[in-house]
Amino acid sequence: MESLIAGPPPIRRLPLEDGAVATEVPPSPGGFTSAKRSISAPQFSIRRMEINRLSVSYATREAVKSVSMPVRQGEVLSLIGPSGCGKTTLLRSLNRLTELTRTATLSGRILLDDVDIRLIEPTLLRRRVTMVFQQPNPFPMSVFDNIAYVLREQGSRRQRKKSLEPKVHSALERAGLFEEVKDNLDHPALRLSGGQQQRLCIARALAAEPEVLLLDEPCSALDPQSTQVIEDLIVKLRDDVAVVIVTHNLQQAYRIADHVGFMYLGELVEYSGATALFNSPREQRTREYVSGAFG
Amino acid sequence: MESSVAMPPPSPSPAPAAQKPPTGAVEGSATWQLSDRIGLAFCWGLGLLFCAIAVAIVVYLLIQGLTYLKPSMLVTPAEAGFSQSQTGGFSDALIGTLIVGTMGIAIALPVGVGIAVWLVEYGRPAGLARITESTIEAIAGIPSIVLALFGTVIFSSTALGFLSRTTEGIVFGRSFFAAATMLSLVALPLVVASTREGLSAIPQHVREASYAVGKTKIATVRRILLPTARPQVATGAMLGLGRIIGDTAIIVVLLGATQNFAPVGSTFPLNYLRGAGTTLTNFVYEASPTGNLNQPQKAYAAAFVLLLMVLALNAAVDVVHRRARKAGTWSH
Repeated sequence: MESLIAGPPPIRRLPLEDGAVATEVPPSPGGFTSAKRSISAPQFSIRRMEINRLSVSYATREAVKSVSMPVRQGEVLSLIGPSGCGKTTLLRSLNRLTELTRTATLSGRILLDDVDIRLIEPTLLRRRVTMVFQQPNPFPMSVFDNIAYVLREQGSRRQRKKSLEPKVHSALERAGLFEEVKDNLDHPALRLSGGQQQRLCIARALAAEPEVLLLDEPCSALDPQSTQVIEDLIVKLRDDVAVVIVTHNLQQAYRIADHVGFMYLGELVEYSGATALFNSPREQRTREYVSGAFG
Repeated sequence: MESSVAMPPPSPSPAPAAQKPPTGAVEGSATWQLSDRIGLAFCWGLGLLFCAIAVAIVVYLLIQGLTYLKPSMLVTPAEAGFSQSQTGGFSDALIGTLIVGTMGIAIALPVGVGIAVWLVEYGRPAGLARITESTIEAIAGIPSIVLALFGTVIFSSTALGFLSRTTEGIVFGRSFFAAATMLSLVALPLVVASTREGLSAIPQHVREASYAVGKTKIATVRRILLPTARPQVATGAMLGLGRIIGDTAIIVVLLGATQNFAPVGSTFPLNYLRGAGTTLTNFVYEASPTGNLNQPQKAYAAAFVLLLMVLALNAAVDVVHRRARKAGTWSH
């Protein structure tokens, strides 16, 4: 009885030796030595999307205020900023998911390969600009069917398993999952580990053969190892698709992004190359945010 | 269930586990205030009491049923006679129960699932959705005898004369069609409520994940949402089926409650469905000492069969849920 009531053991704090750097240092300008850039300079960059003076409001609240920026293939674009700054709303505007919210209104233009996305049929647009969510959300069916669902026509179950196999396999391979699940393709997807589930979601998003891949904090529900696997994957994907990733994790943005957009209260405060934005931010608010003064 | 409680309260039943120290971090009730412990003991007592009642019913019917039930009763229709040995079995009632169950749920399931999908996934116009919700709640609260009375008005109308016996322009209004239609209203609220619960439990981001790969709303409902909610849909259907086969009032009023089938016309199977008949519940009532047949032994035998059917439904619900748990769910 006694032992149950006793509190947790006291936390022992080990003093850092001189010159040692704690591994969890808050990012600060010039202080990114602990986070390693895992990517080399882009080989090429092609402009795929163009966001032009985009504003999004929910009822009367303006969530995104006149934001303009390009989205390029060959690069990873990362959107950072504190909670509620509109980065997820901006991301969801790119494939017209904001339209599912009844109160949302948009102004400004978004171009996909120079075509206004409002002129593209939403289901078609969402196959060209696919999305991965914060929570791993495979559908409650087998691993194989999760991918096959994307490949089949709306609601149809007609296409035979055999004919879909090559495409399913290649999608899983691109997401770096095939080796782990190749013997268990008919197992329920929700029985996979969290990291595998999220890679399955990426495979699902890639199966539609999109031009742009949107990722909404894809690692926030995952452990560090799964996070690293997914980060490596994202960097690998940037040559095939334009990648936009929303993240809360500044080190993550530093590790994998080529360009970073810092948003605050719906505005795009600063947009520039990742190393430039983290090491020598132009704006005062950016400097304060990346140094951990607020967030 | 009880074994997961760290320390059961003092109870009259032999409980050696009561002396065990609490395991894990669960606080034992030994440290609780006296009033809390009395409350816990009271709840425990009530729980045991209800278990005892349920066991008593099942065991009593089991003994009576096994004593009086002969396999021949299941295949012999009821006959007129003066002693219990002369009056045959209740095969017509058994088949009648199966018919109203099948027909009733065949109507209630698609309609109920459709309503639930509309309420959860569309819900527009909001006013109409609210009205629909309250209407279904109202139907759930209407006693089935009142539904039955209303059914006589509808099914005795000349326009629906083709669904039952019509003699010289007078519509009898009692048939399997009439009874099953009104019985489907008894099952409908259960199907709707259960399906809604299943659909509402699916996180919003799962729907969006389907839209985000270019799927339409209807494709998402058909391929993702309804398959996910299947255990709850099945539960609703089973509960509804249980209510249908357990109902007596609608059978008495709308099925004619003749102890044998009374087919109308000659096209099988429509002739049977247009005619009057009976079900197990009605047979039990008629065979009980209160009823016209007064053959209590057969009442017990039929009641036993009815109980087995209901228990089988419960077991089926259990199996569906266990299978669903095996498939896993999303972390929230």
